[in-house]
Amino acid sequence: MSTPAPAGSVLEVRGLTVRLPASADRAHAVEDVSFSVGKGEILCVVGESGSGKSVTAHTIMGLLPPRQLVPTAGEVFLEGEDLLRKSRAELRRLRGWRMSMIFQEPMTALNPVLPIGKQIEEVLRIHTELDARARIARVIEAMEAVRLPEPQRLLYSYPHQISGGQRQRVMIAAALVLEPALLIADEPTTALDVTTQAQILRLIKQIQAEHDTAVLFITHDFGVVAEVADRVVVMEQGRVVEQGPTAQVLRRPTQPYTRMLVSSVPSLTPAHRDDKQGGAVVLATRKLEKVYGASGLLRRGRRVHAARDVNIEVRRGETLGLVGESGSGKSTVARCIVRLIDPTSGQIRIDDVDIATLGARAMRAHRRRIQIVFQDPYRSLNPRRTVGKSIVEGPMNFGLTAAAAWQRARDLMGLVDLDPRALDRFPHQFSGGQRQRICIARALAMEPDLLIADEAVSALDVSVQAQVLALLDDVRVRFNLAMLFITHDLRVAAQICDRIAVMRQGEVVEYGLAADIFASPGHEYTRELFEAAPGRDWNFGQFETEPAPA
Amino acid sequence: MVLGGALLVLMAAMAAFAPWLFTTDPIQLNPIERLRPPGAEQWFGTDMFGRDIYSRTVYGSRISLAVGLAAAVLSVAIGLLIGLLSGYVRLLDAILMRVMDGLMAIPGILLAIALISLSGASLGTVIIAITIPEIPRVVRLVRAIVLTIREEPYVEAAIAAGTRLPLILIRHVLPNTIAPLIVQATYVCGSAMLTEAILSFLGAGTPPEIPSWGNIMSEGRTYFQISPWIIFFPGVALALTVLGVNVLGDGLRDTLDPRIARKM
Repeated sequence: MSTPAPAGSVLEVRGLTVRLPASADRAHAVEDVSFSVGKGEILCVVGESGSGKSVTAHTIMGLLPPRQLVPTAGEVFLEGEDLLRKSRAELRRLRGWRMSMIFQEPMTALNPVLPIGKQIEEVLRIHTELDARARIARVIEAMEAVRLPEPQRLLYSYPHQISGGQRQRVMIAAALVLEPALLIADEPTTALDVTTQAQILRLIKQIQAEHDTAVLFITHDFGVVAEVADRVVVMEQGRVVEQGPTAQVLRRPTQPYTRMLVSSVPSLTPAHRDDKQGGAVVLATRKLEKVYGASGLLRRGRRVHAARDVNIEVRRGETLGLVGESGSGKSTVARCIVRLIDPTSGQIRIDDVDIATLGARAMRAHRRRIQIVFQDPYRSLNPRRTVGKSIVEGPMNFGLTAAAAWQRARDLMGLVDLDPRALDRFPHQFSGGQRQRICIARALAMEPDLLIADEAVSALDVSVQAQVLALLDDVRVRFNLAMLFITHDLRVAAQICDRIAVMRQGEVVEYGLAADIFASPGHEYTRELFEAAPGRDWNFGQFETEPAPA
Repeated sequence: MVLGGALLVLMAAMAAFAPWLFTTDPIQLNPIERLRPPGAEQWFGTDMFGRDIYSRTVYGSRISLAVGLAAAVLSVAIGLLIGLLSGYVRLLDAILMRVMDGLMAIPGILLAIALISLSGASLGTVIIAITIPEIPRVVRLVRAIVLTIREEPYVEAAIAAGTRLPLILIRHVLPNTIAPLIVQATYVCGSAMLTEAILSFLGAGTPPEIPSWGNIMSEGRTYFQISPWIIFFPGVALALTVLGVNVLGDGLRDTLDPRIARKM
């Protein structure tokens, strides 16, 4: 027997359990999950990947893949009605009208072949009796509410013609046009740049306050939690570990898991670093430029300056952070230095040899000295080859015997905290964090002078991220490496970089010691970035209580 | 897939063991016994020259299977090579792909007839004539795969590790093409058998003295109203074989594609 939901809460989830298919690694995607969201409240569900937070959201919306994920116990009340007992038609009526959802990827959540206005209007056409003229008026109203510029013109624009932030605004407009009681936001700012993210977060808060909407906000980012949440639910492995008001969970967590998660969030205050100005310069770029397009006889079109007049230096034993938003050219610079792409002009000096214009044959001799770790641990290793083969490939290219290469691989596996016996396993048998360790081992196997980490920790969960960062810093010291660390995340940059170069639209706009830049950013854009960093006023991990005795 | 495989095994066994399957000489003329309906003596009947249709059908499977297999292997091998080159060498890409586009613009059968009338009918020319129009499809498939795989970080990591281009192709790119190519090969095989039959039926295929299913049907055409069995039995054999190949191909595609395989 179910008891009716208490008055006042818009969404009430009680003892929700969702079964996973028999082949999964655990029995339930979510187990005995209970929480409620009140009118005008933002509840953040926070957890690492696989914690069941998205499954919870999809269960509420009735969007679970049929037969694969089945709710087996519990109740979900939306304004007093149990959603788990609704027919598909009834759910369809409620979706968009009483509850709606915005997603992580605004590009794929919008239909690319329909004008934006039509996609917002669709909600009205399905749920209301309004005539065409009234619908358009409501759509324009909704677009103004989310502060989209020139709604009259945007009505007829297609998703690819507007920016990512604007697309997310369109999604929000469509979700809120009927003023639903509940808005579910599933990582809505994860795919956005930090400055755009700040705007979208502000927008969600404003609109929510105006309409008293209950918001279920799903995120993995404690900065975002600190920024928007009234209350927090922490999930791990499908279970609720802890819940409570934001300040309480972040400052006085009672559970060790919450403490661990919160204290894994890197601080925005740079860690103390020793002066490394004495080290020899390993990498120096001079007026490095990369222009895309407009080369060749028949390729007319837009020229894009992906990198413009980039002058950076990395010394032995030092980490230079290359910081910027997407499209700032930071990855282009990295790929030029590794010579995965050819720079248009300028010099790349490795120990005073300019490698920018070397041909493939001459370049090969220098390949060993520059190694790179990529962002996506799932695509960085050949899925058909054992990780051992991936690690020994490079050294054997440069004449190391098989026996010596495999011995080096075993040593390195130990160094990156993995079992050397795991060398003959395949990449899919490792977790994301473990794969990233393997990629680091593969790079180190070449005994490089310069290690480039291209967003190497961005795809990892925050607790794993902390470990991989520590490992990178450890190998830098151990092998006295020069490291070029590319990231969009200021928190990460603050913790691992000695010096920082801030990039925008292909140019380095600020370049100096990390401590100095974080203390007093000189360039306007750097200040803007810092302003936008979510949760910048919180010092995560500075708890007001001692850990509970274990 | 099991059904397709079983049908093919049956046909292959028929081709391999043809002389021991109670057959007589498939090209031996026997004017007295001509145009006999199927019966105890001649299981599938005889044609206008008194040749045993059963024996001719069984021996005909040799031609069909040989043509199908050879066309599949040849077109995949050549297509793979051109596809790899055009996916990795940008300079060649534009030229090779335009040639492929040109080939695709000509109807396959027409091209085959033209090639055969230029060089004379023999089993070899038939195979070549059938293979050439199939190559562009394989090239496009391989090139598309190469273009996606070459952007994968693990390939870039191999470049950064100083692995030479040929090794990168063999180690990191080639294995990704195998599963789709096996599937493509089965489709080529099926359509090659059909094309061979069509060519023979039109008189542009294997020389008339070789019993192929197309030839048998072509010869039986004029007697279709009085002795339909001449066309019926080789027709059934052809249909079953092509069906077997296609079912096998579909099955392989589903098993080799991890996304679909997981659902099954």
